[in-house]
Amino acid sequence: MKQEFDVIILGGGITGAGTARDCSLRGLKVLLIERNDIATGATGRNHGLLHSGARYAVTDKESASECIKENMILKKIARHCVDDTSGFFITLPEDDLGYQATFVKACTEAGINAEIIDPQEAKRLEPSVNPSIIGAVRIPDGSVDPFRLCASNVYDAKLHGAVVLTYTEVTEIIKNQDMLTGVKVQNRRTGECGEYHAPVVINACGIWGHHIAEMAGAKIGMYPAKGALLIFAHRVNGIVLNRCRKPANADILVPGDTVCVIGTTSTKVPYEECDHLQVMPDEVNLLLSEGAKLSPVLARTRILRAYAGVRPLVSADNDPTGRNISRGIVCLDHETRDGIKGFITITGGKLMTYRLMAEQATDMACKKLGLDVPCTTATTPLPGSEEGGIEKIFKNIWTMPTTAQKATVGRAGANVSSIPLSDEYEGSVVCECEEVPVSEIDSAIRNMDVHNLVDLRRRTRMGMGTCQGELCGCRAACILAKDHGDVVAVRNDLKQFMNERWKGMYPVAWGETLRECAYTQWVYAEVLGLNES
Amino acid sequence: MEKKEVSFNNFEQCIKCTVCTAYCPVVPVNPRFPGPKQAGPDEERLRLKNKMFFDENLKYCLNCKRCEVSCPSGVNIADLIQSARRRYSAATPTLRDTMLANTDVMGRLARPFAPIVNSMVATKPVKAVMDVVLDIDKNRTFPNYKAHGFVGWFNREARSKQAAYSKKVAFFHGCSTEFQHPEVGKAFVEVMNAVGYGVELMNEECCGVAMIANGLWNQASRHAKHNVAVFEKMVGEGLPIVATASTCTFTMRDEYPHVLDIDNSKVRDSITLVEKFLFDLIDAGKVTLVFKKDYAARIAYHIPCHMEKLGWSIFTKRLMQMIPGVSFTVLDSGCCGIAGTYGFKKENYEYSQEIGRPVFEQIRALAPDFVCSECDTCKWQIEMSTGYKVLNPIVILAEALDLPATTAANRR
Repeated sequence: MKQEFDVIILGGGITGAGTARDCSLRGLKVLLIERNDIATGATGRNHGLLHSGARYAVTDKESASECIKENMILKKIARHCVDDTSGFFITLPEDDLGYQATFVKACTEAGINAEIIDPQEAKRLEPSVNPSIIGAVRIPDGSVDPFRLCASNVYDAKLHGAVVLTYTEVTEIIKNQDMLTGVKVQNRRTGECGEYHAPVVINACGIWGHHIAEMAGAKIGMYPAKGALLIFAHRVNGIVLNRCRKPANADILVPGDTVCVIGTTSTKVPYEECDHLQVMPDEVNLLLSEGAKLSPVLARTRILRAYAGVRPLVSADNDPTGRNISRGIVCLDHETRDGIKGFITITGGKLMTYRLMAEQATDMACKKLGLDVPCTTATTPLPGSEEGGIEKIFKNIWTMPTTAQKATVGRAGANVSSIPLSDEYEGSVVCECEEVPVSEIDSAIRNMDVHNLVDLRRRTRMGMGTCQGELCGCRAACILAKDHGDVVAVRNDLKQFMNERWKGMYPVAWGETLRECAYTQWVYAEVLGLNES
Repeated sequence: MEKKEVSFNNFEQCIKCTVCTAYCPVVPVNPRFPGPKQAGPDEERLRLKNKMFFDENLKYCLNCKRCEVSCPSGVNIADLIQSARRRYSAATPTLRDTMLANTDVMGRLARPFAPIVNSMVATKPVKAVMDVVLDIDKNRTFPNYKAHGFVGWFNREARSKQAAYSKKVAFFHGCSTEFQHPEVGKAFVEVMNAVGYGVELMNEECCGVAMIANGLWNQASRHAKHNVAVFEKMVGEGLPIVATASTCTFTMRDEYPHVLDIDNSKVRDSITLVEKFLFDLIDAGKVTLVFKKDYAARIAYHIPCHMEKLGWSIFTKRLMQMIPGVSFTVLDSGCCGIAGTYGFKKENYEYSQEIGRPVFEQIRALAPDFVCSECDTCKWQIEMSTGYKVLNPIVILAEALDLPATTAANRR
């Protein structure tokens, strides 16, 4: 099997997805290859913070100004993925209020609108904030759904002709002397092998790019910095809360979709551990105790789950914490750097700057291909974001929409027009916590490379709510079995899905979360007999 | 811990077992109502994300509280729904809603013309006009307003006699005792006097339950504040607040703090129902009841939803079972469908009758002499739908007691 493409992009995270979109919008024939599902690495394992750049203003001006520019672009092109909540940088009595002036000055220099507000006013605007604050600065932070953002980029790339292969692992880089010409791959689900060729290969594998580069004969010093986060079961805050001090542990609380997320920690982990991250009890304790300083009510709020990701930082010095490494974009032309033609690595950076990273990588690819096509991703809305706000969209369709209909619009944006929600079956709810209806599940299975329940969760938020799949797991499995036709496989998949949910609940399994686990275990193991082989 | 934060987080105790939805009387009859689990804890998360996710279909909640009674995790589900309506609903009460909600004002307006009003609202043309103009269902039978209220009777006939009692209770009579069923108040005074307690009235306002149901939040809060202040004075003087209506009692104890955010903590435990008050006295050996020798009745007991929520139906059962010659059957627990003003509304009438159908059928099958119930709106619904008379337990008790003998037995 041999296929010709203009560019092969490795990695289905936000960087790869964004690059695939940019390349296909510029008319290139694109192949996107991902070892797992899209958004499984660092893309799906972060705060979901739509940075204003303020966090980096003092320590990393370049990143800060990149952030604010991209922030303003995403608010326009990815409206259905973004929640424009605004954010506060708060000063607690134990913090140095003097830092506030330095911070505001740095923000202003980076082009970030930072406004000092009265602590009383801050408390009025955000009642969950620590009442003992002595200072507050308002900045244009927000939240972004990384799964949706990534899926929208992939979807748009496909609309423009890109081919997407998920669960496909690169087994070999094909080289012709010093020229990289393609990749050999294996489908991890079917075992089938294949070979694809293109004059340019872009490595967008995040921390795993280290390994791909090695296969190609190049070396990148990656610094795997693990960050752990906790998800709380509902939105405690409506406005992003940051500590107004040098970046440290657990100092950002982000309201994202129906939940809020506190993070992060930062610890160096061995490269081999990147695929098997675990959240440790000391990390949970740290996140809770520091988080409660931002918002004391967190100490009494139900925790849904814990998770961790690895920042794909490119190491510059021997900083033991990884905090001082630039979050800046690293776009490597391996021809000039290592003498390998047709090979580009795009790494470093952040979720926030994925579009800019994609633009830089695509510019470089176009140059290699001898093309001069301008980038349009800064002004072309992603599919779903063309039509303005959620409220406007649902008011145009229904006179008295149900919450599930509104929630679907919240996720799909203008794409809701392709999701039928009128009849009783189509509109009936599969995931009750997140209000995901049957037709949204169906539509994701048909159009968005869904191979299993976990993929389905990333596309729709099904199973991400309070009950963590207790009610929707078996329902979604039914729909998937109808579509895929293999009941036994879906049954095994359901087991894996429930275990994957448990993995995130385990580090925080006490109180209501533990009761929920026990009830879920009873339903699935004892009533549904999922333990029987 | 601040009170507000506790109730704010209360919905997190939900483990999605969905028992509440199985017990909701609205779910089987009205597909537009999302059910208590979804309307309460589930959608609260979306509402906290953005108020635009509020669903106006929450107005179909009866606020019967059966979801809360069934919840094994202690979630105040119906409170969540009512609070959401209070915080987010864009619907403004209609003229009809305002009229239905102001049970006290309507009573005062109607009273001088009671015979005319009663006969008029019972006629087909007037019903047809109300159906079209006010959206009050034409099939609904209105309770009769009485020309002479309870308070007037009390002032004329009973007030002067109360000074003779050293022990006293403050009686919260409520709107329907005043305007429609003064016999309940008279029975209360007779029984309390017979067991040795004097009765005092207060400058009470309507408890506000119908205002809560119809979205007149500010007015409900004003009434709540007024009543709490009056109760605090009475309780300060050592008088318990005793009522005969289960919904008023429940509202003043639980809805004031949970839905209206009115602090009643100083008086909540002193607000009680007459059945519980009497039972506790009898149980403690402080009061003796002497019944008529020839009293006989076959009684079916319908437990009002808010009585279930209070958990106090046991006191009524025990009291009724003390009466010799009574054959007492407790009906299967279920909502009668009226839910205060809900069933009066045209858009709810059919749901209302469908919800109550099992109750009506069981009553017809039992064919009792009459039905016993603490709630006056249940009374209206059951009387209209089955033709069987419904009596408040205190009225039954007053009828069954040998009052002179009881008075003598308690004169120590």
